[in-house]
Amino acid sequence: MKHLSEYRDSELVQGVLAEIRRTVTRAWVLMEICGGQTHSIMRYGIDQLLPPEVELVHGPGCPVCVTSLELVDKALAIASLPGVIFTSYGDMLRVPGTGRDLFSVRAAGGDVRVVYSPLDALKIAQQNPEKEVVFFAIGFETTAPANAMSVLQARALGIKNYSALVSHVCVPPAMHAILSSPQNRVQAFLAAGHVCSVMGYWEYPPIAEKYRVPVIVTGFEPLDLAQGILMAVRQLERGTYEVENAYARVVTREGNLPAQGVIQQVFTTCDRKWRGIGMIPASGWCLRPEFAEFNAEERFSVRQIQPEESPLCIAGQVLQGIKKPGDCPVFGTQCTPERPLGATMVSSEGACAAYYRYVLIETGQ
Amino acid sequence: MCLGVPGKIVEIYEANGLSMGKIDFGGVTREACLSYVPEATIGDYTIIHVGFALHLISEQEAQETLDLLRQIAETSGEDPLAEVSSS
Repeated sequence: MKHLSEYRDSELVQGVLAEIRRTVTRAWVLMEICGGQTHSIMRYGIDQLLPPEVELVHGPGCPVCVTSLELVDKALAIASLPGVIFTSYGDMLRVPGTGRDLFSVRAAGGDVRVVYSPLDALKIAQQNPEKEVVFFAIGFETTAPANAMSVLQARALGIKNYSALVSHVCVPPAMHAILSSPQNRVQAFLAAGHVCSVMGYWEYPPIAEKYRVPVIVTGFEPLDLAQGILMAVRQLERGTYEVENAYARVVTREGNLPAQGVIQQVFTTCDRKWRGIGMIPASGWCLRPEFAEFNAEERFSVRQIQPEESPLCIAGQVLQGIKKPGDCPVFGTQCTPERPLGATMVSSEGACAAYYRYVLIETGQ
Repeated sequence: MCLGVPGKIVEIYEANGLSMGKIDFGGVTREACLSYVPEATIGDYTIIHVGFALHLISEQEAQETLDLLRQIAETSGEDPLAEVSSS
């Protein structure tokens, strides 16, 4: 792939890391928002190559991790209904609800299918007109254009047996929540590059200004991450708090306008409960009333069960950058990717899963 | 989910009112929706998220960033002692 090898060129990465070492004079705490970035950092051992002054804490940008337990339980209940084909991104299947997960629903006879794209869920609906096909529409701003398009297409093509269980969350309100917490340690953000490719970065200057934190739009390859960290450290050292773009080959200030248009058309802002974090006002998107017929929460009335988290899990603190996976007493023992107690141990974007895979398994530490 | 997979657009066509395309992911070809990148042409590089192209990769920006970082890396390399003393 064009340029991919350059952005993984270890000599170049080492050179940028050397510049970080030359620049830093005191301790700083940076948060990478996106769980995809967390996995890149752990996979390439970038945290180990940074000078000790630069600490990375891991953010809430893991969609399956922050989807509320109530909604996971609702998904489990809908997926268990006869006549329902429940479709989901694969990461969601092992996420623990209260006492079970989607895999166990499937094992008990439920028709639970993994889809790569919401358009695949729509195809399943077309192929099975006698069934109700429900799609678990989770994610941040990056999956919203796809999920919104599936609803528009369902309407355009007259597909009546398709509905979405929507659990969309947005990055900027989470940044506000983290920075205004009395426990906050974050002094600079590496903003999630692909979220910004959709939304641009015009939402960030007020945050940078209000909390006096530099925000660097950052990509996912080792060189992107090194560059983002260098730009953040340079700003911290000189006391500035601007929004900068270290991912210009993909991200523009205004973002993807056609995608924002479709999001606006289908979704409206709502309060959203984040798993492990709690309610964050105006932090999510839900279907607009004019698309209510595609809202799985309205289509299926399921008995609400009392949601119950594992009392041992510290995922909420991990997602806010207050604790790290290694601080958890049950990390890698009672909680593993095979038997997760919290969602952060499951996903390809969860911080605990990243530590388990790249630190515990590969290095044996 | 947010990571995305980079690929090259090798075919563009319309289906059910959506602009669709075939994307070559280094040898494996899959279909993706191109409706959000109306400016896309065959041969462009893009990153696919859950079956949708959300942006094209700018050749020029990619090259400019690399040039800048090479400069930084080379400057750092000139004074290895500074690196040792500060780490």
